[in-house]
Amino acid sequence: MADNGFLQAAWFFLVGVLLVGYAILDGFDLGVGMQHMTTARTDEERRILMNSIGPVWDGNEVWLITAGGALFAAFPKVYATVFSGFYLALMLVLAALILRAISLEFRSKERGRGWRTTWDLAFFVGSVLPAVLFGVAIGNIMRGVPLDGQGDYAGTFIGLLSPFALAVGLLSAAMFLMQGAAWLLLKTEGALQARARRTALVGQVATLVLWVVVTTWSRAEAPALWDRFGLIPAWLAPVIAVLALVAFPVLVRRGRAASAFAASSAAIAAMIATLGIGLWPNLLPARDQGASLTVPLTASSDLALTAMLIIALLGLPFVLAYTFWVYRIFRGPVRLDEHSY
Amino acid sequence: MNAEELARIQFAITIGFHFFFPSISIGIGAIVLALETFRLRNLHGKAETYDRAAAFWTRFFALTFVVGVASGLVMEFQFGTNWAQFSTFVGDIFGAPLAAEGILAFFLESTFLGVLLFGRGRISSRVRWFAALMVCVGTLLSAVWILIANSWMQTPAGYEIIDGRARLTDFFAAAFNASFVPRYLHTVAAALTAGAFVALGASAWYVLKRKHLSVARAVLPVALITAFVGSAGMFATGDMSSKQVAATQPAKFAGIMAIYSTASGVPMTIWSLPPTQDSSNLPQGPELQVARLLSFMTFGDWNAPIQGLDAFPTQDWPPITMSFLAYHNMVLLGTLMLLVMAFGAYYLWQRSVFRRPFWLRAAVLATPLPIIAIQLGWATAEIGRQPWIVYGVMRTSTGISRIVPPEQIAISLVLLVGLYVLLGGLWIYLARKELGHGPAPAPDGVDDAALDELPRPEPALRPGTTAA
Repeated sequence: MADNGFLQAAWFFLVGVLLVGYAILDGFDLGVGMQHMTTARTDEERRILMNSIGPVWDGNEVWLITAGGALFAAFPKVYATVFSGFYLALMLVLAALILRAISLEFRSKERGRGWRTTWDLAFFVGSVLPAVLFGVAIGNIMRGVPLDGQGDYAGTFIGLLSPFALAVGLLSAAMFLMQGAAWLLLKTEGALQARARRTALVGQVATLVLWVVVTTWSRAEAPALWDRFGLIPAWLAPVIAVLALVAFPVLVRRGRAASAFAASSAAIAAMIATLGIGLWPNLLPARDQGASLTVPLTASSDLALTAMLIIALLGLPFVLAYTFWVYRIFRGPVRLDEHSY
Repeated sequence: MNAEELARIQFAITIGFHFFFPSISIGIGAIVLALETFRLRNLHGKAETYDRAAAFWTRFFALTFVVGVASGLVMEFQFGTNWAQFSTFVGDIFGAPLAAEGILAFFLESTFLGVLLFGRGRISSRVRWFAALMVCVGTLLSAVWILIANSWMQTPAGYEIIDGRARLTDFFAAAFNASFVPRYLHTVAAALTAGAFVALGASAWYVLKRKHLSVARAVLPVALITAFVGSAGMFATGDMSSKQVAATQPAKFAGIMAIYSTASGVPMTIWSLPPTQDSSNLPQGPELQVARLLSFMTFGDWNAPIQGLDAFPTQDWPPITMSFLAYHNMVLLGTLMLLVMAFGAYYLWQRSVFRRPFWLRAAVLATPLPIIAIQLGWATAEIGRQPWIVYGVMRTSTGISRIVPPEQIAISLVLLVGLYVLLGGLWIYLARKELGHGPAPAPDGVDDAALDELPRPEPALRPGTTAA
């Protein structure tokens, strides 16, 4: 049976959708954590920050778990090469995400200052580290990595920390900071909201600058990514990203919190879509040596992809429906009560 | 140590540590659902008590669940990090249940747990019950998918090997492979039991200490019935499971039971000194065996022959000492659990359970038994599967990541063990604190009323029954 190109493209798209879902949703969780020590200053403000994501962060993280599972299922060789190749970096991400999860649950269980400050720091580190390292991983995927004859990573750990990859790491951190601040505009009031507004504007400037830098730099570091942009429709994604990024500060200044959050989310989705367009049909380009891991080369069998597509098409509409419903239940600024963190 | 040994240690520690938490939360989730149902129905006019009980055990659920989520993240990614060749080989089949687990189970349980925990005052009473139902369904569904994946490694089906990769040929054959149904039922029974023992132990302790009596008296019967049914269910499903292993994984069965040579009418060993890998220097000592029972239990015939390890090449033998010890200690613990719960169920039926301090103390002490038994059960299943990572198809040694140097695995192992010690320690500390603090106090001194009822001796309806 000939491999079905449509199915494989559908899974490339779906893995992308899951990553976009993660970046938009857990992106604001990570962004909230990144400004936990600065935007929030008092114990009560820090509790407000944690409770702003309290009911939803866990569900948001599932987008990452599901994206990991989908990558494993649809493109097993890519899952295997990326995770074994980026071994130490990934272990750091996992350790950081563990810290983040437990700091949310544990922080308010004790009243002591030392206890709470410790978990505040854990929450901060557990948010910053993944935000940067996800970008570093993306930067390496953009540049490509050396691959051996069996398609496994042939470089070193230090080799993952090129200046370009680190710049992408900063970009992802800036992007999540903006997203987290946009979320806080919706969930806070008064002085706390005013500080979140300043953070949002800083995040926007940093995102825009770093994105222009990374994009320009990628002509030298990852020229193959530009091949797809010979076609005019491909430019739709970066154009949307720029428009959303430019609209964001205007909306923030006018106090249009919901629209600002939508603009920030759209910018993130469009930036990831831009990358996806540039990458296709590669999932992990080879650099210096080896053959790139492409969609047709690494895709699972048509039967496996079909079975999963059915599961995804049956399941995801429900996920989206009840996720939307839960966000509606918890809309509006945070009010602390005895059930809060 | 080489990379394979380090990777195996890391996997064993990660799964062992992780599974501690979901197994408790599956059981507690079911108990929360029962309490929410009674609250909604206003059972015995005690909606308020069930409300406090449900809120209390939901908080405990959340504490346990979050540690399960945190440690489960490592599980999702360590197939790729440490077992890259395995991942490449089985991705076509093994990846799908992991993705499905995310889409169909993890979203459900984590999203609705948020509603259950933070929704008070924002959602109606019925919606809260519905959220509890979805959390419970989510935990049971996640067990479906992960056990499909894990059971496929025990009894692979519905695939063919093309170019060194397993390719799916029949989705339903792969999903409903030979070991999935018995292993799912056995695992769920065990998890329900584990959670129920925790709720039961805490409630029994409150009764003994005369604290939080209204809630303790509301929770104890629910937990006790769940624990009794679960403990009994473990024997029924364990029987299914061992028959399946004997039929489809005979070398694993021979290893677990330490049967060295093929014979008919094989006795069942209840207790013996630990057997060795090499049958020529077996330790000599006392042992307790029931003649021909293993043949009967496995094949329904007292004289049925059972294949011994001599029927298989030595390189296909599992580690006999460890799988034997894990299995037999699990069964001993299971027997003890069922015994305690049988007494409890009898006392409950007699309506004397709250006046049995000796039994209540036993229930408190029995709290961790299912959790230990579960660890032993997983060890039996996974050590017994060795030397295969996919039974009979791929050896564990060929499944590792070829390019990850042992130093990196060692670094991550130290990092993870450090985190697990921290997590485990904090969980124990906070769980004890939470259980010690107990549920919210009853309004209007309802707890005192409950205390009044408690020590009153039962009218002598049953001759020979005395209050303890």
